Amino acid sequence: MSNVKTGLRYSEDHEWLDTDATPAKVGVSAIAADSLGDVVHLELPEVGAELTAGVACGEIESTKSVTDLYAPVTGTVVAINDEVVDNPALVNEDPYGAGWLFSVEVTSEGPLLSAEDYAAKNGGDL
Amino acid sequence: MAQKFTALHAEHERLGASFTDFGGWQMPLKYKSELAEHRAVREAAGLFDLSHMGEVRVTGPQAGAYLDYALVGKLSAIAVGKAKYSLICQPDGGIIDDLIVYRLGDEDYMVVPNAGNAPTVVAELTERAAGFDVSVEDVSGQTSLVAVQGPRAAEIMRKLLSAEDGDLVTGLKYYSATRATVTGHDALVARTGYTGEDGFELFVANEDAAAVWAAAEAAGEEYGMIPCGLACRDSLRLEAGMPLYGNELSRDGSPYEAGLGGVVALSKEGDFVGRAALQQKKDAGVGTTTGQRLVGLKGLGRRAARSHYPVLSEGTQIGEVTSGQPSPTLGHPIALAYVAVGCSEPGTQLDVDLRGKPEAFEVVALPFYKRQK
Repeated sequence: MSNVKTGLRYSEDHEWLDTDATPAKVGVSAIAADSLGDVVHLELPEVGAELTAGVACGEIESTKSVTDLYAPVTGTVVAINDEVVDNPALVNEDPYGAGWLFSVEVTSEGPLLSAEDYAAKNGGDL
Repeated sequence: MAQKFTALHAEHERLGASFTDFGGWQMPLKYKSELAEHRAVREAAGLFDLSHMGEVRVTGPQAGAYLDYALVGKLSAIAVGKAKYSLICQPDGGIIDDLIVYRLGDEDYMVVPNAGNAPTVVAELTERAAGFDVSVEDVSGQTSLVAVQGPRAAEIMRKLLSAEDGDLVTGLKYYSATRATVTGHDALVARTGYTGEDGFELFVANEDAAAVWAAAEAAGEEYGMIPCGLACRDSLRLEAGMPLYGNELSRDGSPYEAGLGGVVALSKEGDFVGRAALQQKKDAGVGTTTGQRLVGLKGLGRRAARSHYPVLSEGTQIGEVTSGQPSPTLGHPIALAYVAVGCSEPGTQLDVDLRGKPEAFEVVALPFYKRQK
């Protein structure tokens, strides 16, 4: 079963980055969503927030645990996905689609993995 | 330590479970969504494998007197066919485990400790048996435990039983048990659980576990029952305000701080392990006028408190969270925490330090969730 989407790039912390979108979109991988469990609450950065690659910029809260959300890039938050804030289950249901988290004007990228490398490293399937 | 697998492991693999280690056992954490599993137990029914729990048979002419000595409750007083929640304590009053004791006959009891504690409890029970005409036998390795929990549980049990056994089982009062034949297999069926719902626990021989599980799965389908893992078991018991050994209960805490003073039968005759220390704690007002007490906390914001987070009153730490998460049924964060007794009254406004940011919580009466009868 595919849980790593090709065409995206991934951080070590399981965020995905879609630079084909303008502005670039950020979400979390299906591998991360699955290991988190059902996501019930998101703390996302505000529009206009300055992000630094590799630095925590929010929280993902599931029934079982809470984990930091790390910025995969340095840049400015352009928009957040209000729909996913209202319905965090979208992170589990459609992590690469309706479950995107925020979009960002990228100044510079942090270290990112290709889908292939990310899948290999985390035992995922493309 | 080598991983242990229950007799139902193949069933869980077939059902696509994610596994987690619990007390050395590979147990299903969830099958698909732990929230869906939680809801199924509240609204319909859930099927659990709890075979990691221990089972210890205590038999002999002095079985009752022995348990009165080994545990803090008065087990000699429970009627045949009834069960009682109890604790096994250290001489200093610290809690070794919480357990359920079933009286199966005049001289025949079964003690059910928690999975991770079973070997310790067996060792303690064996040691405490010295001088009593009693036999203590660990049957955990031969025994599986399957639970059907939820408002539809009684209807599902009926489908698994003959008309006669069905009447017997569905006529059981809470915390009672009876022998019954479940799809041709001998079982001890108890009306007990750890979910805050009606439900039954079925003790069966390992070799019968898969057949009983499959029959229960099939019987429950039309009622919306689904297999459930330990993730939702934890959220269900937390909503029901039930303590979990290792979180709320430990050797460092006594029953009085845990709000379990009522379980300690100081009035019973004869000595029991922990009596002197527990009497002293009670007389000193531990958990009521001094020390800490276990309380329920309701989150006023959306962020949940988690185990080990500091609890603050006006900026000063006065306690620590032992369990916490967003309540799937209530829709707000809930937590159990030990706090200074002066801050333990329902309505008290406290903060929990959520990774550096204080968030408002309020002390509330337990349980958080109570089913409609």
